[in-house]
Amino acid sequence: MATTEYRSKVPFWRDPVKRGHLFQAAVLLTALAIGYTLFVNTQANLQRQSIATGFGFLEREAGFEIAEPPIPYSAADTYGRALLVGALNTLKVSSVGIFFSLILGTIIGISRLSHNWLVSRLSVAFIEVMQNIPVLLQLFFWYAIFYEAFPSPRQALNPLPGLFLCNRGLIFAVPAAHPSHVWMLAAAGVGIVGWFLLVRWGHRVQDRTGRLLPVHRMGMALTVLLPLAVWLLAGAPTAMDVPVLRGFNFRGGLTVSPEFSALLIGLILYTSAFVAEIVRAGIQAVSKGQIEAAMSIGLKPGQVLRLVVLPQALRVIIPPVTSQMLNLTKNSSLAIAIGYADFVSVANTTINQTGQAIEGVALIMLVYLFFSLSTSLFMNWYNKKMALVER
Amino acid sequence: MKLTRLIALVVGMSLLMAGVAFAGKDLDAVRKKGFIQVGVNGDLFGFGMPDEKGVWRGLDVDTARAVAAAIFGDASKVKFTPLTAQQRFTALQSGEIDILTRNATRTLSRETQLGLNFVHVNYYDGQGFMVPKKLGVKSAKELDGATICVLPGTTTEQNVADYFRSNGMSWKPVVIESTAELSKTFFAGRCDVMTSDASQLAGIRAVAPNPKDYVILPEIISKEPLAPAVRHGDDQFRDIVDFAVMAMIQAEEFGITSKNVDQMLKSKDPAIQRFLGVTPGNGKALGLDEKWAYNIIKQVGNYGEVFERNVGVNTKLGLERGLNALWTKGGLMYTPPFK
Repeated sequence: MATTEYRSKVPFWRDPVKRGHLFQAAVLLTALAIGYTLFVNTQANLQRQSIATGFGFLEREAGFEIAEPPIPYSAADTYGRALLVGALNTLKVSSVGIFFSLILGTIIGISRLSHNWLVSRLSVAFIEVMQNIPVLLQLFFWYAIFYEAFPSPRQALNPLPGLFLCNRGLIFAVPAAHPSHVWMLAAAGVGIVGWFLLVRWGHRVQDRTGRLLPVHRMGMALTVLLPLAVWLLAGAPTAMDVPVLRGFNFRGGLTVSPEFSALLIGLILYTSAFVAEIVRAGIQAVSKGQIEAAMSIGLKPGQVLRLVVLPQALRVIIPPVTSQMLNLTKNSSLAIAIGYADFVSVANTTINQTGQAIEGVALIMLVYLFFSLSTSLFMNWYNKKMALVER
Repeated sequence: MKLTRLIALVVGMSLLMAGVAFAGKDLDAVRKKGFIQVGVNGDLFGFGMPDEKGVWRGLDVDTARAVAAAIFGDASKVKFTPLTAQQRFTALQSGEIDILTRNATRTLSRETQLGLNFVHVNYYDGQGFMVPKKLGVKSAKELDGATICVLPGTTTEQNVADYFRSNGMSWKPVVIESTAELSKTFFAGRCDVMTSDASQLAGIRAVAPNPKDYVILPEIISKEPLAPAVRHGDDQFRDIVDFAVMAMIQAEEFGITSKNVDQMLKSKDPAIQRFLGVTPGNGKALGLDEKWAYNIIKQVGNYGEVFERNVGVNTKLGLERGLNALWTKGGLMYTPPFK
């Protein structure tokens, strides 16, 4: 009672709670006012300079080609579809890039802690070199290697039958399309589900009897053998789509372009150096006692790493690694410098041809925001899952 | 990096445009600044590129100098901003530059949707193809399946798509933003073909490691009238830029050169007297000094001189006048009367 009375006497500018609300309201209003002014001003200026606005241009014919569309695309398609192709290209290069830079980064991070002098020194050298050279420079370097060092298609290197290496990229034979392929893919899916179930079953067996079953080997066999069985059942089709040099270029087969490869290699090497340092820090964060305890109960070094150290280290590793994954995605926009048709590259061309700079940049921001938010949502979920569960 | 730059550009654009709105006319802003900010190519030999000493050279560069001579009576009152094909229109829209003279093609959509006004054409061009001689290609019709180097965000990019589509041929683009980097990949053999405006191809070939190994195919697949551009909203400024370009052409037609312009002041021809400001009127109408055309010709030269100095037959580019000859000599260079 007394407190309330005391409170009511305090003028509102002395009350920290009320003052807090006041400041927050002021900040919010200022932000809104700035946003509104920017919007109105931009609209008025665009109007005055008679620059067209709106998203109508997405429906119009793009009229430009894109080198390696992951979905069917031609110059007769719309700007909307061109932008979709760009977004998928960004998704492709960043997801493959993230996958490999995590693997490579983990390996290098662990090797940096190796007791083998040469291995640890080499890892340090790799990390220092990759971290300290700007990623754009690295991209130019890898791209230059592709177009300078490899011969023209007519003199293409042919190290294996059906595989060609030239300045148009890596071109290789792929099995010709066959109806059984869909079923093989389904069988592989069944194999992976089976693997997962095997692992759970293995855990139960171990809990009950203490016996360790080779579940991973069994699961792997399942994943390989099931599609193979389907392939045999389908009559073992062996027809290949072999690349042939016709006119200027190879026709048929599958091509991995120099632009994609250079971007991918550059991003992977650059990012994995940072991932390696994070992994190293994460492992060193696990207290020595944990490792000694694990060894004292007779676990092998590999098991110590896999069962004791990594699960604890992951908690330290995941948040900064998430930010490296986001960095890789954002860095992929440097693609424009070496001619890979990522989202920024396609959006820039669209902006240039339509003049819709504001809409185009808004789309760029939206797409990267979407990629970043979905990555961090997933990683936050994974982080929660990995977080210390106290029993 | 690119992304942050773009975002900064847009935010900056809205702020800058607000600034421009209060500063009044573009011409006033330029006069207050004391120089013109001009967007040019930056690495296109003959049109816009600094020489070994860092002095800007080229047809587009001289066009900008002519405008400075008209406004300030001093052709050196220009600052150049090198721009890529992707950046050029945004830079003009946002007020980062006052004039764009960067071999930009005037088209309907650019004129209507970008908030720009193009002025008189300073080079009539057309799109062509360049190939290494050793490919043995004689015509663009033989290019089915070729990989083609092309600059992004250009009319070129769409023309080549149209051309291959209408001829039922396929092709693969290699699209890199910087002309220098794109040329490097072409000379290294990453593409079979390089396509651009014929003048640009000549400029790119001029700086090739071995220019004789490349040939420009006979087909010209488009019209590319290259013209300087200014922002919407200041008609007087637009007129000045327009007539500065045309004054160089008119001077050539009159036979006035940077060498004989002082003698020409004594000419009895009333048209020349009006043109050089001996008889006043033209300067006042444009809001300029009466000597504006004299200053252009004295300091920069007439169109023919500028052409021969930068891209003509005696330069590394070795371009013929062709379409860019005066109308009196079978070309397209024709201006309205200066009265």
